[in-house]
Amino acid sequence: MSEARVTDRSQPAAPQERKAPLRVRPTAPIVPPGNVSGNALMLVIAIMAFLACLTLGAVSMVRSTAQSWQSQISREITIQIKPDEKLDMEKALADARDLAITFDGTTDGTIVDKAATSRLLEPWLGEGLDIDDLPVPRLVIITIDEQNPPDFVSMRKALTEAIPQAYLDDHRTWVDRLVAMAHTTALIGTGVLILVFSAMVLTVIFATRGTLSGNRHIVEVLHFVGAEASFVASEFQKHFLKISLKGAGAGGVLAALCFALASFWQSRSLATPESDQTTAMFGSFSIGYTGYLGIAAIMVVIALLTTLTARFTVMRTIYEIDLIRSDPARIDGNQS
Amino acid sequence: MGPEILRDLTFDIPKKSFQFLTGPSGAGKTTLLRLLFLSLQPTRGLIRMFDRNISTIPRDEFPMLRRRVGIVFQDFRLLDHLTTYENVALPLRVRGKEESSYRSDVLELLGWVGLGERINVLPPVLSGGEKQRAAIARALIDRPEILLADEPTGNVDPPMARRLLNLFLELNRLGTAVVIATHDLSLMDQVEARRMILSQGRLDIYE
Repeated sequence: MSEARVTDRSQPAAPQERKAPLRVRPTAPIVPPGNVSGNALMLVIAIMAFLACLTLGAVSMVRSTAQSWQSQISREITIQIKPDEKLDMEKALADARDLAITFDGTTDGTIVDKAATSRLLEPWLGEGLDIDDLPVPRLVIITIDEQNPPDFVSMRKALTEAIPQAYLDDHRTWVDRLVAMAHTTALIGTGVLILVFSAMVLTVIFATRGTLSGNRHIVEVLHFVGAEASFVASEFQKHFLKISLKGAGAGGVLAALCFALASFWQSRSLATPESDQTTAMFGSFSIGYTGYLGIAAIMVVIALLTTLTARFTVMRTIYEIDLIRSDPARIDGNQS
Repeated sequence: MGPEILRDLTFDIPKKSFQFLTGPSGAGKTTLLRLLFLSLQPTRGLIRMFDRNISTIPRDEFPMLRRRVGIVFQDFRLLDHLTTYENVALPLRVRGKEESSYRSDVLELLGWVGLGERINVLPPVLSGGEKQRAAIARALIDRPEILLADEPTGNVDPPMARRLLNLFLELNRLGTAVVIATHDLSLMDQVEARRMILSQGRLDIYE
């Protein structure tokens, strides 16, 4: 063919002036790198990644907070001794502590002294309270080994025999309630996480398909000039991988920054009323390295999801183009 | 099922042959070209292409067959984000060829179809005739065994139509079978060639 063109170029019908040859611009990608729908998809992916990462972090925070409540409260038991005229309170407190720590599974015993007891009652009875004037029960706090707790029934029996005014509170009621609450909270959190993840998956799939539908003509042209389906799919995969990495990266990094900033604020404002209240309500904002790993995993999942959706959609589009051959009802070309 | 566009057609496109496909609007010229390009399958009947029955060819072999066929679409089907050069080079690019291996061939062909100064221009800026020539160049670039052209001179002036016809003839002399679907009687009168006339779904052939 080149021979024919050289021959024909000399014909009068094709006059061409000799000019310096034009330079060809660097070859553009087959799929246009940026357009409105591509940017919209990137934004959608960034928002969904951000929400999914926030939810993941929040759920892991709630779970760890619930666990820490449960662990703190089940780490201690309380011996309460009611006042009695015949009872030497200080001796009874010491006896109760000494008796309790003889049991296997206890690690330490602390008597809540008069000053501490006054402070405990201060919100109700005011300052300057003389504890000796009132029949106030006194407390002994026993720390136990959570993994190997003592035999509460035997301890209760021994205490009651030694000091009839003693009452052992193993916090079982509270622990049971907290365990139930922690489980419920974790369950709700997991449910929310599943919902957000499902929404993310569907949004990413539909947004990717929507963006691809605007590029159907490119798929058609490539297919008709002899491109294999795998070639067309890989061109679109590359394009959508870039979009999803940018979107998911932005969303994930933003979410990680939010957690890092909240954690930083919390560590800088330790022991202030604001921080104490926030910590009491939400626990620690730190999500730990597993949280950051989870954020990275979400970013990878979104990138994979977008890329695979692009691949399947392109393959399906090519299949549909070929299907027109065998379905007369779908003849959509010009008939001249 | 829609109306029957074509029926009782029996013909062959011999190797290295040159023919015009003509007939009134709506006669089915584009449909026939699409059948030959594997983008439509007949409701009934048999089409053999390169000695193979196309209804029994697996889908994944279509790209390899299409590479042996060049087509000029009536609506050009150029990609708007690629330059004239990139559009014409597209068939070679999708075959995995290195750009350096085909650059001079593409530039030479573009020069021949009169687009040598428009290599870096995007299709929306090209005139109808320039788009037409770019679409023809894209169909020719890989020297197909058979070239199907749907109204290839519909948007160009007579001198350029003559020049494009010369290009098709030259390509035919080099061994490519050419089918040109056209309404243009003056174009057909320039060449002694086989005429396939479609009318009311039937085909008459004048050798």
